[in-house]
Amino acid sequence: MSVAPAEVERPEAGQDAVPDTPWVTIVWNDPINLMSYVTYVFQKVFGYAKPKAEKLMLDVHHKGKAVVSNGTREAMERDAEVLHGYGLWATVSHDR
Amino acid sequence: MILRNLVSQVAELMGGVADSGVADPGAGPAAADPGAAARDQPAAGEAVPSVEELAAMLNAAGPTSPPDDPVLARLLPDAYRDDPEAAGEFRRYTEQGLRSGKVAAAQTVLDTLPAEGGQVRLGPEDAQAWLRALNDVRLAIGTVLGITEDYEDELETASWADPRSAYLEVYHWLGYLQDSLVRALWR
Repeated sequence: MSVAPAEVERPEAGQDAVPDTPWVTIVWNDPINLMSYVTYVFQKVFGYAKPKAEKLMLDVHHKGKAVVSNGTREAMERDAEVLHGYGLWATVSHDR
Repeated sequence: MILRNLVSQVAELMGGVADSGVADPGAGPAAADPGAAARDQPAAGEAVPSVEELAAMLNAAGPTSPPDDPVLARLLPDAYRDDPEAAGEFRRYTEQGLRSGKVAAAQTVLDTLPAEGGQVRLGPEDAQAWLRALNDVRLAIGTVLGITEDYEDELETASWADPRSAYLEVYHWLGYLQDSLVRALWR
């Protein structure tokens, strides 16, 4: 799998010079959400093409969870909030 | 009617009473055309607070701890798994909006669902609201039933005398409905 291009952000004054570890949004498997619906939500929320959305959905289904987006903490919190609006079980965490 | 009741219940659970008078056919013009009345004429919905009013009625500062009720906890999940403090902060700033969004989606279903049943035609935005509202109802029923990925086996073997079986049937039907809506949006 290829690595998604890193989000380039201009460091602001006073910000730590150490490169920031990316934050991620994780979607967890649950037995209620439909596979078709989860795929559709990934397409709709992230603008992913259907094959990519389907692959992520299958990762969630088979591995129990999948990283669906990465970036700043604020951006990940927004993603989680939107996904909660769709009823997906999403959490934010620091990628380590 | 089942759908209307279930969607209303979720809206209520989220802090809003969303039905627009169909349960009381004598309630006035809203009963004749519930969709248009609730949507376009706020005056006709005196008993039904708007989403904005509902939001204002509830605390501006949201809660910081997850709900004890498992259905509420599933509809309003924590955004941090191992960090209660961060989860609380997130909840404080987002839970009210999340609740309002769920009430609004439920309201859209109630407004677009014909009082006497029959065919429903949805525009793209209403279809999104339907998807989310159907999912909320499925999450609520599925959580109460303790649905597992093998629930279809249970559906086949459950006795009709088992009160669970009726809910399983409804749950199954809602899944079919939601899936067909996703497939329609893909076309």
